[in-house]
Amino acid sequence: MKAITFLTRRRGGDTWHWTDVVTFAWLGFGLIIMFGPAIWLVMSSFKSPAQLAEFPPTILPYVSETVEVPVKGTMKELPLYTVTTEGEAPRELAEVRRVGIIANMVDPADPETVIKVNINDRTPVRRVGLALENYAKPLRDFNFGLYLWNSVFVTGVATIITLITNSMAAFALSKYDFRGRNAVLLLIVATLMIPISVNIVPLYSVVSSLGLLNSLWGVILPTVATPTGVFLLRQYMLTIPDELLEAARMDKASEWQIYWRIILPLTAPALAVLAIFSVVWRWNDFLWPLIVLSRKELFTLQVGLNTFAGELNVQWHFILAMTVATMIPVVLVFVFLQRYITAGIAGTGLK
Amino acid sequence: MKEKFYKGLIATALSTTLLSSAAFAEEVRVMWYSDGVEGEVMSDLLDRFMEKNPDIDVILDNVAYQVVSEQLPIALEAGNGPDIARVTNLKAQSEHWLDLTPYVADPAYWQENFGDKADWMRPDGSDAITGFMTQLTLTGGFANATLFEQAGVALPGADASWDDWVAASAEVAKSQGLVAAFALDRSGHRLSGPNVSFGANYIAADGTPAPIDDGVKAFVTKMVEWTNGGQNYRDVWVSAAGSSYRAAAEDFINAQIPYYYSGSWQIANLATKIGDDFDWVATGSPCGSDACSGMAGGAGLVAVKYTKQPEAVGRVMDYLASEEVVREFTERTLFLPAHKNVVASGGLNFDTDSDQVKAALSAFVEASGNVAPNAAALPAWKWASAYYGALVTRTGQAMAGELSLDEAFDRMNADIAEQVAQENQ
Amino acid sequence: MISNEKTTIGAVLSAPVRWLAEAIDIPMRWWQGIAGRPGMISFFLIPNLLIFGMFVLVPLFINIVYSVTGGTELFLSDRSYVGGAHFNRLLECENHFNPNSCREDLFWIALWNTIKFVFTQVSVMIVFAVITALILNGKIRARAFWRAVFFFPVLLSPVVVGLIWQWMLQRQGVFNFILFQFDAQAINWLTERTWAFGAAVGVSIWAHVGFYVLILLAGLQAIPRDLYEAAEMDGTPPARAFWRITLPLLWPNLLVVIVLALIRAVQVFDEVYVLTGGGPGTSNLYLTQYIYEVGFASILRNPGLASAASLIMASILVVLTLAQLGLTRWKDKK
Repeated sequence: MKAITFLTRRRGGDTWHWTDVVTFAWLGFGLIIMFGPAIWLVMSSFKSPAQLAEFPPTILPYVSETVEVPVKGTMKELPLYTVTTEGEAPRELAEVRRVGIIANMVDPADPETVIKVNINDRTPVRRVGLALENYAKPLRDFNFGLYLWNSVFVTGVATIITLITNSMAAFALSKYDFRGRNAVLLLIVATLMIPISVNIVPLYSVVSSLGLLNSLWGVILPTVATPTGVFLLRQYMLTIPDELLEAARMDKASEWQIYWRIILPLTAPALAVLAIFSVVWRWNDFLWPLIVLSRKELFTLQVGLNTFAGELNVQWHFILAMTVATMIPVVLVFVFLQRYITAGIAGTGLK
Repeated sequence: MKEKFYKGLIATALSTTLLSSAAFAEEVRVMWYSDGVEGEVMSDLLDRFMEKNPDIDVILDNVAYQVVSEQLPIALEAGNGPDIARVTNLKAQSEHWLDLTPYVADPAYWQENFGDKADWMRPDGSDAITGFMTQLTLTGGFANATLFEQAGVALPGADASWDDWVAASAEVAKSQGLVAAFALDRSGHRLSGPNVSFGANYIAADGTPAPIDDGVKAFVTKMVEWTNGGQNYRDVWVSAAGSSYRAAAEDFINAQIPYYYSGSWQIANLATKIGDDFDWVATGSPCGSDACSGMAGGAGLVAVKYTKQPEAVGRVMDYLASEEVVREFTERTLFLPAHKNVVASGGLNFDTDSDQVKAALSAFVEASGNVAPNAAALPAWKWASAYYGALVTRTGQAMAGELSLDEAFDRMNADIAEQVAQENQ
Repeated sequence: MISNEKTTIGAVLSAPVRWLAEAIDIPMRWWQGIAGRPGMISFFLIPNLLIFGMFVLVPLFINIVYSVTGGTELFLSDRSYVGGAHFNRLLECENHFNPNSCREDLFWIALWNTIKFVFTQVSVMIVFAVITALILNGKIRARAFWRAVFFFPVLLSPVVVGLIWQWMLQRQGVFNFILFQFDAQAINWLTERTWAFGAAVGVSIWAHVGFYVLILLAGLQAIPRDLYEAAEMDGTPPARAFWRITLPLLWPNLLVVIVLALIRAVQVFDEVYVLTGGGPGTSNLYLTQYIYEVGFASILRNPGLASAASLIMASILVVLTLAQLGLTRWKDKK
């Protein structure tokens, strides 16, 4: 309750205004709808395969309770059930084996007497517990460290190249007047909207001819050409007054110095936005890396985690766990850089 | 930041040392996808091979099936690709496979043990050895015996028809409050066994696709009626457009459908996920008017024509195709073997202590005798995937109520014709 | 504000980077001395144009060649010329508003679905974004937290978004479980045409709305408060203030939002593809998926046909862009 009063505040005064009600309702609805799925994903990543397929689903992950019972002289781990038969109080019994719809059960305290129970009268005893195996096995068997490094390399290098080449081009397109400028601009705007998925086959043949298949550069280079960055930075640079540049030229600054001493610092908010989006996009890229990389030492995380999808079966429990693991860096980036995202988007003004 | 940089340095250094040590050995790349444990088993087997053959470095690239089905065809078209690949679409891509005859130690061994499936993976009229089937599969049904028992409905017998099975399952579904009576995977391959059971023949006399015939119409019509009537689990077929594959295994595992038509490859999956929750049995394929046929299929391991070291590939393939390796692979993966002598000598000791699994495996072995000639011909027929694609796309639309049955059949014919026309361009 | 930005960039540009930049300046000056300012322009443009040309323009050109050649071959020299056959196949219809009468019915289904999706998704999303931005701009505490709540799905990969929602909406998912708790009839969210279309629209809004909320919020925060105070003193009702003050001043940001949202919606693919596979039937089959499957993903590949379809899609997009440019110009003149 305290959290709620902290997170919201009424429009002043002690009386409830209708706008307060709307605000509360909207924010509450938003919280559930926007956050709920993520929480559910994290919870599910700790469930065993059988529990994932269960209906009705539970929010929390559970593990079945077992008990050690001597069966014919040897100790055995047996699953524990709550048995409710008519006219009797519910009891906890361990199941020895099941034949058809009849379960042979024993009381752990009295393992000698076998009780026959209809399977509809028993429910498994479970407690909240995590199927850590979903994380442990892939981390052990699957080369998580290497995939992580590949992802970091692709994301980092692609973002740096994007920032440098895009800001240089945007500078030329916004601060110089030259023949063909409008043609270049038109070309960039026109290609702004063609999604990579419709151009895969031609792009593949280009990358293949350049010998970039099965190379991280084959993943990096096609994505850094994104016209979005040039467009965004140019729009922002247009707002920088030309007088600043002229003044610098009077002081004998070279064009290069103008670019990196004046333009770059003043474009910082837009660069920050581009950097953040570039990191998020490259980190989440899936389809293109999947096509370029078929050697396991080159896999990025997104490609690696997809190897759990076979032809006929998908090992969901591993996919969910590794999805959560790959989300962590993006969430961290967001938590630490949130301020820049907002400031940047506000600053770019997007004229 | 600095730490990351150092880590990067270490990783780079590590990878260069790895690469340089590998440079002494010939590198053979195997593209492999896994539905279950077979990737681990294969990796074990290859490790043993490398111990004995230090001059060959076999690298197993475990990839998603999507890579095999979408990326590999383009790579092959561009003259790239791995040295060896595990593939299901064997026939349509057979122009890209390597003829291993000069590179294997004993071609006669290959012909004897894998010869009957060799046509599945080589162009028509060729006598090349391109690879072998890592597993055979057969489509067939699974019934949840516990649900039948709870409902007090007897399991239909061996000669039961599709109508019998659907009627019995519908009764179970009704009494137990389940979502549907049965489900059949969204796949043209799965649909084809029953189609043939109702007399369908896809192949015209000259080897080109025949028009959709009464056999296909009979079973597809039944499927659409069962979908509209709520017996067929609607979600599987209408939850995708185009020729996408969808399985209903999860719903069977979750005891939401009493009868599930899929195939032998599900056995290991069902065994692990169902555990002791209920009893299940493999039923073979229900009967149509003409036969009680399923469809054979499976995944093959083939050598790729564009390899730079065919001799090394030949040695790896020889090892993997050897009788003891095939036997061990089969026993540990619970797959049906395709090696003639392994099948003939029997005595396979499957790596399971579940009686249900053993019973299911033998049920499939038994059912393999029921495959009708029209179904048996399909894996070696180059237009099969065109036919399957058209079947799935249009049947799905008919089930969703977008096309009438007649329109759907017309569209199937048109789709297949476009495909043939494109090939002849 | 400017000094603040300088410290930010100062933190980013550490000493080595600064040295490097200074060192580069020596050859730069030399080059500028020889080539003059125009030479510098090409220096700034060339790296980007090189990559852009290689990985955007060349594939685009190949695409055009593909669209008039047939076969499944990849390299242009292996492909045979077929002229306008692919375009004829795509455009041949008895009645273009009835896909069933078309030779390539799936293309037309995808085209009409895309148009329907774009209009529904963009209009609903913008209403949502505006309301959310208005509420976040109101007097609430912890605005940064709430902003984050609405923004964070933007960071998720589309595949993850599709997966999570598929799990929640499937017949035995959380949503039906909630209905079940209230004894309501379960809904086949992903297998009934109307619901599945709604789910696709809803999920894509969920994934993208945060980005637009942020842009709109920035616009709202730039509106001077005293305008509202003045209006309040004049006794202007809040609704009227919204139409007279907020909307006109928000218009530039709103225009950006509309254009970006339109472009994104036309490209709709990943999350909806994972969510519905294009189903039920073909009711969520959109152009990008059609092109992707025909050209690449299906066993029955036909790259030429896919290229022809993508060129038709591109021409639609160009028309949209021109319309947007026209709209901006018109607005600037006003």
